[in-house]
Formats: sequence, C-alpha cells, structure tokens
Amino acid sequence: DDDHVSFLQMQNIPAASGGKHLGFAWGPGDILVYETLYKASGVKGSGSSFIHEVRKDEDIYSPILRKLFNESHHIFVGLQTIREDLPSKNKKSQFVSISKNYRSVIRACMEELQQVVSILLAIELIWNLCEVLFIDAAPAGSLLLHLLDWVRLHKADVDEKAREVLQSESPAEHPDYCDVPGGTQTLTDFDVKWRLWHEEVDRCLQDNSFASNRHLELILGDEDTLLEHKELLSTWYHFLVTRLLFCHPTVKPTELHYYAQSCMTMFLDSRSVPEPLDNILLAAFEFDIHQVIKDCSIALNNWWFVAHLTDLLDHCKLLQSHNLHFGSNLREFLLLEYASGLFTHHSLWQLAVDYFDHCPEFGRVYLELQIEHVPLDTERKALKVLRICEQRQMSEQVRSICKIMAMRALRNNRLGSALSWSIRAKDAAFATLISERFLQDYCARGTFSDLDLIDNLGPAMLLSDRLTFLGKYREFHKLYGEKRFREAAKLLLSLMTAKIAPRSFWMTLLTDALPLLEQKEVSPHQRFNLHSAPSFIQVCLPFQEEDMEQTKVELLRLALARNLAMAIVKEGTMET
Amino acid sequence: MFVARSIAADHKDLIHDVSYDFHGRRMATCSSDQSVKVWDKSESGEWHCTASWKTHSGSVWRVTWAHPEFGQVLASCSFDRTAAVWEEIVGESNDKQRGLSHWIKRTTLVDSRTSVTDVKFAPKHMGLMLTTCSADGVVRIYEAPDVMNLSQWSLQHEISCKLSCSCISWNPSSSRAHPPMFAVGSDDNNVTYGGKVQIYEYNENTRKYAKAETLVTVTDAVHDIAFAPNLGRSFHILAIATKDVRIFKLVPMRKESTSTGPTKFEVQIMAQFDNHNSQVWRVSWNITSTLLASSGDDGCVRLWKANYMDNWKCTGILKGDGSPLTSSSGQPTAMNTMVGSSVQTSQNALNGMSAGRYFFPPLDPPRAGTRYGHLLPPSSLIEHCDAEPIQPQPQALPPRFSSRSLLLLPEADGQ
Repeated sequence: DDDHVSFLQMQNIPAASGGKHLGFAWGPGDILVYETLYKASGVKGSGSSFIHEVRKDEDIYSPILRKLFNESHHIFVGLQTIREDLPSKNKKSQFVSISKNYRSVIRACMEELQQVVSILLAIELIWNLCEVLFIDAAPAGSLLLHLLDWVRLHKADVDEKAREVLQSESPAEHPDYCDVPGGTQTLTDFDVKWRLWHEEVDRCLQDNSFASNRHLELILGDEDTLLEHKELLSTWYHFLVTRLLFCHPTVKPTELHYYAQSCMTMFLDSRSVPEPLDNILLAAFEFDIHQVIKDCSIALNNWWFVAHLTDLLDHCKLLQSHNLHFGSNLREFLLLEYASGLFTHHSLWQLAVDYFDHCPEFGRVYLELQIEHVPLDTERKALKVLRICEQRQMSEQVRSICKIMAMRALRNNRLGSALSWSIRAKDAAFATLISERFLQDYCARGTFSDLDLIDNLGPAMLLSDRLTFLGKYREFHKLYGEKRFREAAKLLLSLMTAKIAPRSFWMTLLTDALPLLEQKEVSPHQRFNLHSAPSFIQVCLPFQEEDMEQTKVELLRLALARNLAMAIVKEGTMET
Repeated sequence: MFVARSIAADHKDLIHDVSYDFHGRRMATCSSDQSVKVWDKSESGEWHCTASWKTHSGSVWRVTWAHPEFGQVLASCSFDRTAAVWEEIVGESNDKQRGLSHWIKRTTLVDSRTSVTDVKFAPKHMGLMLTTCSADGVVRIYEAPDVMNLSQWSLQHEISCKLSCSCISWNPSSSRAHPPMFAVGSDDNNVTYGGKVQIYEYNENTRKYAKAETLVTVTDAVHDIAFAPNLGRSFHILAIATKDVRIFKLVPMRKESTSTGPTKFEVQIMAQFDNHNSQVWRVSWNITSTLLASSGDDGCVRLWKANYMDNWKCTGILKGDGSPLTSSSGQPTAMNTMVGSSVQTSQNALNGMSAGRYFFPPLDPPRAGTRYGHLLPPSSLIEHCDAEPIQPQPQALPPRFSSRSLLLLPEADGQ
C-alpha cells in the first residue's frame, strides 16, 4: 500500500555526469551535493569543486506560506482544545466553524499570492467539498444546495473573467464577452437573478407545474441538452451539480457517487484522462476519506493540507484508526511530517512545537530530538528554546542547551555568562571548572570579574564545592571591605577548616589573612577570640607550599608568631 | 526541489566529505588536496570560508564535528594512516572582523598501520569519544577524559574485525534500554568471508565491546553504514550502502536475567533498492530519520521515504547533468552563485521528458524588483526514469483551472 508519500521528483545538479559520483550531506532544511569519487586512494580529480545546496520547492514560497502556517497554527491549537464532553450537535457546529476558518485562511492567502492561486484554489475546492460531505454531512435536500454553493464559490474565475472583460477598453469586443452572464449587467444583478430563478425552479418543482416553460428541456435536466452547453460548464463536477439540480434535487449523499462517476465519464471525452484533482473529488463523492487523503498526499507535494484536513476529520471521528506496528496512526504521521518540515525554518519552528504537543505517541520524542538542533544564535533565542523545554520537563535538553551556551561563553572568556549557564544546566563539574578560572583570574589580577553574579548566587552556590568556595571567598572580601574584621576572620577560618578551599588557593588565603593578623586597631570585640586564634595557627603552621616565594613564607611566619604572642599576652592580661 | 545556491568550494582536488555541524550553521569539507575547510553560514544564508588549512599528508577521507557541548571540535581521517582532532581557537578581534578563525591540532592518532577510512564521534552521552576504523580491520575507540584538555586522548578499545573496515556508525540512541552499540562495515570483496556488517555492543560487566551480531546476508563489500535516529521505537534501523541500498531492522530480543552476553537481535530486512544499478557508496539519514539519502555509481543521489505503513519508496533523484560549473581564476574563495535556470534546463540529460508536471504553475521569469527576483523557478518535475520499477507514477495536480462562466441562465440569454 504505497501511499501517503510524495511523488517522485527529479533534480539536475550542475556536475559532471560521466564516471563521477555525487556526494551529499543532510542539512537542517536542505541537502548539500557535490562532485566526488568513491574509489580507493590515489585518485586525482579535476577540481570542479562546487557544493550545491538543494532545497524543497516549498522553500521558495515559505515567506508567502508563512502567513498560512501562522494562521492555521492558531486554528489547529483551538481545535485540539475542544471539550470532549460537549453534545455532538454543538461539536459539529464548532467543527464546521473551524473548517470555515481554515478555508478563510486559505482564501486570505490566495488574495496575496497571484502565482500560487491555482494550487490553493484546488486545495480549497477539495476542502470545501470535504466540509460539505464529511464534516457538515449535509443530508438529502440541503445537500444539493450546499453543492450549488460549492460550485458557485469556485467559479470565482467568473469574477476574474468579468473583471478582465469589463476592464478592457471595449468590453463588447473582448472575446470572452458573450460568455459572461449578462454581458453588461454587474455580477450582483446576476447573482440576484440567479437566486430568483433558483427559487422559481424550486417552486415549479414543488407544485409540479412545468407548463409552458420554454426551458423545459434544461429544467428537465436532459443530459444531451446540458452537454450541448458544455463549454459553459467548465468542469464535470459543475455538470454534475447542474444535472442534479434539474433531475435529482433531493439526491442523497449515498447516491452521489453514481451520478459523479457517470457525469465524469460523460463530460470527459474519450481522449481526456482524469486528472488527479478529478480522482480526488470522485473519491470524496464516494465518501472514501482514506482515498481522498492518500491521493492528496501524493498529488500535493506539501504536508500542510493533508495534515490539517486529516486532523479535523479525525476530530470528527471520521477516520478509522489503523493499527500500525509501532502504534501511531495516520493523523499523527501526517502531523509529524508537517511539523518536522516546519522545524527547519528559522522562525516557524515555534509553531511546530504545538503540533508535536498534540501527537500523543511520538510528539514528545520528535520534539526532544529536533529542538536540540535549533541554532542558538542569540542568548534571547536560547532562552526561548529553553523555556519551551522547561515547560515540558525536558531536562536533558535543558541541560544540553545550557551546556552548549556555557561552553561557548567560556571559549570567549565570558566567565560570568559561562557560570550562570552552568548553574542553569546544574552542571557541577563545569561550575567547578569555571569557578577555578575565576579564582585563577583573581590570583593573577587581584580582583574579581562579574561581581554581581557572584554576589547573588544564592542557593545555586551549593552546586559545587568550588563554587561555594568562590561565593564565600567573595563574601570574605566584602566583609573585609566593610571593616567587619571579626566576621571576616571567622569566615576565613571556616573556609580553611571546612576544607573546601582548593589547595592551590591556600597561599592566597593566608596572604589575605596577613592584614587581619596585623590589625592593631582591632578592638577587643573584633579580635580573634582565645579559642579561635590557636586553631587558626594550628591550621596554618604545618602548611608548606613548595613553589612559593620565600619572602611570603617568612612574612607569614612572622605575622603568625606575633599574633600568637599577642594572643598569649592578651590572655594573660584578661585573666588577671 | 531546486538548487538554491552553489558554493565554489575551491578545493584543489576531489572533495571526499562534507559535514554539517550540529546546528546546521557551519560546514566542514575535506579533500584529496589534503586540506580541510570550514564554512560559516551568514544570516542571509550565504556561506563564507572562515578557515582552510592542510591537515594531513594524504587524501582526507572524512571530516566530522563533535557535539557543540564539547566546543568547536573537528576530527579528520586520512590515507596517511592518521586521524586528527582539531579545535577552534577564538582569535584576535581583527581576525573576527575579517571573518577568519584558527584551528589548531590537538592530537594525532597514529595507531593505525593503514589508511584510516572513517572517523566518528560517539553519542554525546558517552562523553567525548572518538572512533576510527582502518583498512587494517581495526576499530579504535579513544576517549578524552578531560574535555577542557583535548590533547589528552587515551585508546580505550581496540577491536579487530578481521576484515578491512570502511565505515562505522554509532547507534545514536541514549536510551537506557540498551547499551552503547555501533556497526562496522567492511569493504572486503571476498564473498566467502561471510557477513560484511558487524554489530558491537558494550558490556557493562566486562567493560568491553563484544560482537552482538553479524549480518550474514550482506556478503558484498559495504561502503557506508548508518543507524537511523531512534524516535521512540523499540527496535533499531540500520541503512547499508553495498551493491544496493538495504535497510535492516534489528529487534532486540528479551534477555534472560542470567544471560551475560551481548543482546541477541532478530534481523529483518525492511527494504532493498537496486535502483542505482551499481555500487552504492554513501547512505545517510536526515535529522528526523524520515528520509534516507544514498549515492551510487550511477552518479545519482536518491532520496527514500517510508509511509506510515513502513513501505519505502524513492521520492527524489539528484543527478549530475553533465554541465559542471567551473570557477574562473581570481574569484573570491566564498562565492555563492545563484544557478540560473538556463543551466538546469539547457542540459536536460533525461531525454524523453514528456509533459513536465509542475508542482506550482510556472513562474514568470524573475523580473527586476519583484519579490522573487533572486529566486529560481522550480525545476520541472519529470516522470520516473528508466531505472525505476514500472509503476504508474502518481501525477501532480496540473495548474489547469480554466475559467469558464457559470451556467448561462435562461433569463440572461438574449432577452
């Protein structure tokens, strides 16, 4: 059953064809192709070394279709949230309304796009018919009226023709003049007359009075007569509806396909082959929804249409679910295809997220995979991507994206940014690494960078020992700067005794401690208390740093000794 | 499809590999001219060469990017029997202004005694690990324990596959449901030496890789191999480039609790295509594993797609049209030529192109000042080529919507 896959396309590449191979590489929304040779070594080739970027056709139109994608996304999301518990009558009217919304979006795009009108016209034609037959499910009686509207609506090209004719210099001489109903009358007049006529026919049909009406043959719906006017009935489905109007106005939905098939056969002469559009419409008249979707998938090389229509039909419970071996279904398959295509677009990828959200089987795993590939061009974009991941508890993706940003910042020596990304990634190892760098920087330059960040770490400080140390060490400096020497000293001491200070940093710590030890202005309250001084010295004295400056060591020993002396004296003084 | 742009890569010899980075914003190319070039894509979509340097003393076969979590890191492998790891150094500001960057070699891996035919990074959840395979039949797995010091790599595993190796592919899945796994392909031509694809799996207990499976039905030389991204499936999909394109399904069989050996797999063939009519040299999956591309001796690239019933079909063919672009001397290194439609249509190598079916109605030729002035018209869509199996090809919708008036009303008719 080879369906639901687009038809075969061919693409020429400006490359040598004789004996050369084509190499390729998949990109986010394209495929790169280049001339190469896949043979063993020693091959020398001439250097026609061009790399060709091949994209899908739709990409030309993506700036235009963006409007279509944006608006239909909104409708799609609204559809997913229709409450299951509504009575089916209300639901149906909602579905019809949603169907009309989609169509109005299509029409809105059509107005903008002269060049792609044909395809959009076809899509709208098919969608409209599907709405009439499947979603609105018009019963006999109103069915014909709906079909009349359908045909009439899609004779928009009459408007086109009329406009053309009326705008040309001498309308009467325009070759198409005769064809336009009414010639000189405006379309409004025409419309009014048509409706009156329709009502008259209706009345005639009701009273069964066919007397002395000179259009009896037409009204009787004689096929041959109708076919004589073939050039005015541009299509076989127009012929069909006309015939139904005259012969079988109360046609039932189930009877449609008999008339459809025969009308198509009669209308197309023996030379013409039914076109794909014809087959799609015929399948619709036969109420073979799956065939409609299949044919549309193949004929229309874009997923937008089949994905949205199938989704709507699925909500109307019109699709039987096929049990596939990996448990998905047609609706989801098409939505995943459509959304995956959107994901490669630099701004439309955000729309795709909602589509994945509403694919219960595989939506999440598709989203997880594809969202990681969204280029993190700016911090703002990265934050946007992150928000989406965080909202969905995609913790691995959050971690990965933050890590990428942290790495990038680190490579560019933006330590503050690197640190905050590491914290967000909850990456203890990386946070440690960056804290080390901060500390190294401090040792080298004597100051800290990114003070704001370090001062406001809060509980994030606990992510890694080194980070905690960094935060606390900075706090020590702050305390010292505020002349809160006693607290500063206590903090310094606790840093050393808790052993979270890295070995490499001990010398720096002791050097920092020096001025504290020398504080002559320190009041009794701020002085080391009796208990802390000896323990401080105990910690410091055994310390040996091999590659340290001798002078520093000496200074330190001297300071420590003096402090010890002072403490002993004070103790002695206080006790007496 | 259409050719959106053509980049003059300016290698002095054949290009052997082109590799996009993880985000699709950078690209690396390598060549028989022994160099690697790195390209950056600008906001407007143009490619600029930001680095070009000699990497080996022989043809460079493959180039590959590490995951961006590890920074900007490349690996290359060559006929010169080595593989190398390169890291981008953030340069001086004037370099940045000129749009240049520098790459330095972090390490050379010299363990192979023969040409190194493939180099791939393992999935990122395994850390920074690099795998090479060589014509001497050995697969080597290296690890950089400290990602901040890329000059330290240790050889963790050396696996002898007995047959000359041409390609490796890691299973990208990070699911805990199965241990790390990779596939190796051999281009040995002797069919009597058995299956040319081997699957290896990591064993947590022995801390070694053990062979889990040999695809015995693949007896011809294998040139490329690719695991598909795993999107919630319980089984693995592996594409193979051999004398045809083959897609295998590997279904892990449930292990008994006492079993300590590697996973047993049920191997099924999902699809086999011989449309290339010749050797197939490369296979690769797109990001979502919805499309497989293959390249063959027939000089074509073919695109394969499965429908929701898992039936595979060719959906596209890219073919050299016999009129390669040539770059004249004196051109800037990064030239992005927009290929005019004349190049495409003038040399329509596929003769007998009957009614071209247009997806969209043919565009007017781009006029100055129109929005699409810089865009190409879509290529004409041609019916299936000879090598395809004879199937009635579904047709595109024609642009025909001939405008005809509504039914002429009786009243309006000559009153």
